[in-house]
Amino acid sequence: ERVWFWGCIQGVRGSYYIAEGLRPDRAAPRIRLYSFNCLDWKLLTPATKEMVAQAEQLKGRFQGDPSFEYSFAEINPQAAEKLFGGGMEPVIKEEARLIATIEQIDKAVGIVPRGAFVKTPLGSVHENRHFEGLSLVEAKKLSSYFHFTEPVNLTNKTLLEKANLDPSTDFLDSLEHDIPKGSWSVQLEKGGAVVVLRSLLWLGLTFYHVPMTKQYGYIYFGTGEKNMDLPFML
Amino acid sequence: ERGHGPYQPHEPGYGLDQPEYSPYDDQIPDPKARMLAIQNAKAYLLKTSTKSGLNLYDHLANVLTKILDEQPTNTVDIIENISKDVKWARFQKKMDTLRDEYEILSTFEDAEKCKALFIKGEENEEVIEEEIGQSPLPNVMETAFYFEQAGIGLSKDESYYIFLALKNLTSVQPIQTCRFWGKILGLEMNYIIAEVQLREGEEEEEAGEEVTEEEGKGMDEVEEQDEEKQKEDEPPKSTYKPPPDIPKEANGTGANKFVYFVCNEPGKPWVKLPPVTPAQIVCARKIKKFFTGRLHAPIVSFPPFPGNEANYLRAQIARISAGTQVSPTGFYQFPEEDDEEEARDTYEENPDFEPPSVAEMVDSLSTWAHHVKNILKQGRCVWINPQKSEEKNEDEDEEEEEEEEMGEQQEETGPPLLTLLSEDEGIKDIPAWTAQHSTNLIPQHSVAIIQSNRWPGAYAFASGRKFENIYFGWGHKYSPENYTPILPPPVQEEYPSGPAITEARDPTLEEELAFKAAQEALAAGEEEEEEEEAEEDD
Repeated sequence: ERVWFWGCIQGVRGSYYIAEGLRPDRAAPRIRLYSFNCLDWKLLTPATKEMVAQAEQLKGRFQGDPSFEYSFAEINPQAAEKLFGGGMEPVIKEEARLIATIEQIDKAVGIVPRGAFVKTPLGSVHENRHFEGLSLVEAKKLSSYFHFTEPVNLTNKTLLEKANLDPSTDFLDSLEHDIPKGSWSVQLEKGGAVVVLRSLLWLGLTFYHVPMTKQYGYIYFGTGEKNMDLPFML
Repeated sequence: ERGHGPYQPHEPGYGLDQPEYSPYDDQIPDPKARMLAIQNAKAYLLKTSTKSGLNLYDHLANVLTKILDEQPTNTVDIIENISKDVKWARFQKKMDTLRDEYEILSTFEDAEKCKALFIKGEENEEVIEEEIGQSPLPNVMETAFYFEQAGIGLSKDESYYIFLALKNLTSVQPIQTCRFWGKILGLEMNYIIAEVQLREGEEEEEAGEEVTEEEGKGMDEVEEQDEEKQKEDEPPKSTYKPPPDIPKEANGTGANKFVYFVCNEPGKPWVKLPPVTPAQIVCARKIKKFFTGRLHAPIVSFPPFPGNEANYLRAQIARISAGTQVSPTGFYQFPEEDDEEEARDTYEENPDFEPPSVAEMVDSLSTWAHHVKNILKQGRCVWINPQKSEEKNEDEDEEEEEEEEMGEQQEETGPPLLTLLSEDEGIKDIPAWTAQHSTNLIPQHSVAIIQSNRWPGAYAFASGRKFENIYFGWGHKYSPENYTPILPPPVQEEYPSGPAITEARDPTLEEELAFKAAQEALAAGEEEEEEEEAEEDD
């Protein structure tokens, strides 16, 4: 129903421009397309668990060529055996790595402000037409932003916290309990006119929101590599 | 008849004391979820407004009571007026004498700072006119325009603010050349960095030198005290001398060629960063930390970084400059009087430079060259033998001569100045630089852009005679492997134990006497033998 420009993953020889399309139920899996020149777009298949597991073994930059094959035999033979079982060749194409990376980034650091989406009693998720933006005070707090994926921590909260939740807007995990603590950098720019959150786990993910208005969004501009050194760097 | 007591017919609340109409009926806990939802909804209605002290539940109850009492015609059309009337009737004079403090929004304070940027300086107007031809102020907007063609850069607003902030800087400090170096992101605040060369003769005395002088005096005093104490049988002094500190390069040469000023936002005052020491560069290579945005923040790391965030920032800036400041080959050349032997420190613009076409600049990396000296492993640009420097303590001429003697350490050399980019090593199988056109659609006006893969965030553009470098990023080097902190050094070994220092029990008196007797017997035996031999000789 809607299409968002997701961002750009820079490879060594070329950059992938990614767009995401959303279904009417915003929580449904998204459709992803990539392009090199923003004119010809190619569809990406949905991500599978095996793809994500395989792509996690890969390190280093993207090459910029979707048919480039990473050979597992060089990288990590034991993992290759485990993941591929028998029969399949231990290679993975860059296209699959791209799919898996986008999926990981969306899952880990795709965020929305609190109250921007509501969950209907039937389970589907829509934009909240009455969302007027976070106030300046709320915008500085990490608890006003949610991960836009299946919640993990929601049921672990204490009863006291649960009493304050409103099931229609508070159905997602907030950023407060992200591990490691401090993996988000919150900054106000232009004298408080815009609040910018940058993820330190996936360097290059930037989320912006103009308080008291409905404008918000996130974009990824980077090399598509997870920052595994984060605990050392804080 | 008017009765007495509560709940007269004309009062609101009439009838509410009946068992089923009391507002407290539903306080009895009801396990059904629907009742819970009703309770929650009612609790929401009962929430008191912070502005007027009313709550919706009571207000609706009042309105309905009034309507039922007065029974007006066409109620539904005048319901809003009735509601307003009920609110007016409840008007209470605000007896609260506390006034809300006038809250100054942070937006206002930020705007005040930015306003200062836009005010034109009143003094020195005549001087400015003379100097306009040679103004050190860089044309930030022009640079921003070229980088924008490649999608790199800050918004026009921010570029313009930075431009004005640099203008302030040049009018305050005695600056010869100035350049916008880039922006480094931090956790709480970001850094905007300007690379500056101060006018000769106007540099301030280094605070560092003063410190070492004071330390020198301190050492003398301690030594005097030690001499006094020696009469009191001090334990033996350790003969361990820590390896000598490698002296930092003088201002104006090597890693300290430029002076850097930083500010968190345009409008905030510029702070000068201290010059960098080799120890800081060596340590900065071993750690990887995010910048917080506060210059005085300590850096907690292993190996412990000698300095605070300002020093770490300066060290990273030095490394990034040495690794990624490039220009088209041939733009700079060495002045001709230079000897082949001497280390090439300076370069000057080549008046005969013919800019290669944009296509050439993109296709081959040999059309680009570094124009900042590479930093050696020692942490300096010119190698210095630390053994020699101990003898001649503060002789600054050391730094210009090349050390040809091999002391105990191997002399380090690095790639000379003006090395071509094609000789840069890649990281594993990734080339060190990626070059591309700014646009494929309009080749006549496209600009050649290169970005560094070793320091992600460093970009350079070239178009005809114009070129510029810039950095936007977090300030860290790229490494495909994960960062592993250095392990602590192995535990010092104890002195090996052997019979010489092993403690043994002292012999007792009987043992000593027995030993003495045995010795005497042995000595007597020997004497007898000697006497026998002497007799035989006779």
